[in-house]
Amino acid sequence: MRRRLFDLGLAGATVLALTFLLLPLVAIFLRVPLGELVAQLGSRVAVDALIVTLETNAIAQALILVVGTPTAYFIASRRFRGRALAITLVELPLVLPPAVAGLALLAAFGRLGLLGSTFDVLGVTVSTGTKTAVILAVAYVASPFYIRGAIASFEALDQPLLDASRTLGAGPARTFFRVALPLAAKGLGAAAALSFARGIGEFGATIMFAGSLQGVTQTLSLAIYAQFDLDFDVALSLGALLVVVCAAILFTVKLLPAWTRSSSTSVYPFAPSGSS
Amino acid sequence: MDSLELDIGLPLRSFRLELTLGVGRETFALVGPSGSGKTTVLRAVAGLARPERGRVVLDGTVLFDARAGIALAPEDRRVGFVFQDYALFPHMTVAQNVAYGSRDGAGELLERFRIAHLAEARPGELSGGERQRVGLARALARDPGVLLLDEPLSALDPHTRAALRLELKELLDELRLPVLLVTHDFHDAAVLADRVAALADGRIRQVGTPSELIAAPADAFVASFTGANVLAGRARPGEGGLTEVLLDEGVVVYSVDGAVGEVEVAVYPWDVSISRELPGDSALNHVRGEIASLVILGNRARVQVRGLVGEVTAASAERLGLAEGELVIASFKAAATRLVEQAPRAAGR
Repeated sequence: MRRRLFDLGLAGATVLALTFLLLPLVAIFLRVPLGELVAQLGSRVAVDALIVTLETNAIAQALILVVGTPTAYFIASRRFRGRALAITLVELPLVLPPAVAGLALLAAFGRLGLLGSTFDVLGVTVSTGTKTAVILAVAYVASPFYIRGAIASFEALDQPLLDASRTLGAGPARTFFRVALPLAAKGLGAAAALSFARGIGEFGATIMFAGSLQGVTQTLSLAIYAQFDLDFDVALSLGALLVVVCAAILFTVKLLPAWTRSSSTSVYPFAPSGSS
Repeated sequence: MDSLELDIGLPLRSFRLELTLGVGRETFALVGPSGSGKTTVLRAVAGLARPERGRVVLDGTVLFDARAGIALAPEDRRVGFVFQDYALFPHMTVAQNVAYGSRDGAGELLERFRIAHLAEARPGELSGGERQRVGLARALARDPGVLLLDEPLSALDPHTRAALRLELKELLDELRLPVLLVTHDFHDAAVLADRVAALADGRIRQVGTPSELIAAPADAFVASFTGANVLAGRARPGEGGLTEVLLDEGVVVYSVDGAVGEVEVAVYPWDVSISRELPGDSALNHVRGEIASLVILGNRARVQVRGLVGEVTAASAERLGLAEGELVIASFKAAATRLVEQAPRAAGR
């Protein structure tokens, strides 16, 4: 009898939790008829937001991949002083409040910031109200998700495979492109998906640093916030779109099992083995 | 003139690896227990581990010289390395694996190693023996000056192991290439290698042909590693030029070897006979006791009496009605009783 009660308690809590987590998402779709949701997506503000979001995120993610992959490989495959510190620093933006991240970006890259004038000299305008600012904000908050996952993927590689490549005449670069990269690809893909999901939903840092100008810096998340007071139905349809995109990303990640074995910051599987 | 000359020293976790050896056109086996530094030797030759001191020279080319500051990268050394689990690239086909280090494709090697029919297979689909052949073919595709094999048979189950040992032996004989292999199994080494070096705690204890090591083990470690019973005792000169040894077990045995003081007595199981009564032959040494264990393997029976393992035919074990707990006499000749030094204790242990 008591055991049944306990089981019932567990099941009840589970139902409550799932309901609580799913109800708001379902509500988005129930509040407005589906046809209406789709129609609202055709509105000027929605189209602009979608374009800005895709454009800035595509560039930001490309930058993250191009710079983040070698960074992760370097950290994963080398032993150097301050390696643990480097990993921690990479993870810092993960725990930083987004508003602080936006503020920090302003202080660094804004017109009156640390590097603002440097960028002006280079002919790049970074300051508030440009797409470049959105890209920087997205890259800043999303890249740690990618780099962290990429480090874990590279660390999980079988060291003898990399050694074998070297003894077969391939230098470090060929070993990276022909062995390390293809074998880590699944994990890198999962990390990129998480980074993309984070970037798509970026809000705090962007609104602080880039502002919310329709057609320029107003991403989907910012448009939802802006439309919230003006046209709730538009906000809802944008929200529904984001729910679908994020759910798709999550399911993609779940289907890539390489991601699950990961995440150490202290082991050095690349280090030369000491004995035997 | 040796193809591979090696004189290296480097610190390992709990001891220092210090060794000097030369390998000619032969199969040379480094044998030792796990953790004795064997694999590190191969890694140093391949450039995957960097010695602290010394030189590595292959066919007159200096691969490593600590004093001259020379250390060629692994990709610049003509060395073929077959890794313990073969380390085949799982995302490539057999043909791609073999062609990885080759300038002129994989075709001829696939034929030679009888894996042409597997060219499009992935390593995950292969049996242990097939993987071994792919690993060898891939290592040879670079046309190496020396072939390094790390525990070539340890990844196999006992069933395939015996067959592959012979197959590997034939392949290595055909290659006519210097081969340096490491194994923890003296039996593997005895089958595969022309010469063997016994390695313990980073130092070579003895070098010789497998039968030389068995005939005259340099110390208790080598004796035990080659399969002998090793019993501790105190030696003193006895009658008729023999040496009398009082074993710690309380039994006195005789040896033709000369020694005084603390010694280890080495007796190979095939030199020990088991009987019910004192045998009438020339065996001088007898150990009486109950059979502690009796294991029958095929047509051989391994009988353990008071720390001494004897090997008899299964037929005679049956004829004598041997069983665990039965009282028997284990006998062996004074000439088969070798006196060896106690294994030197490793520095820093």
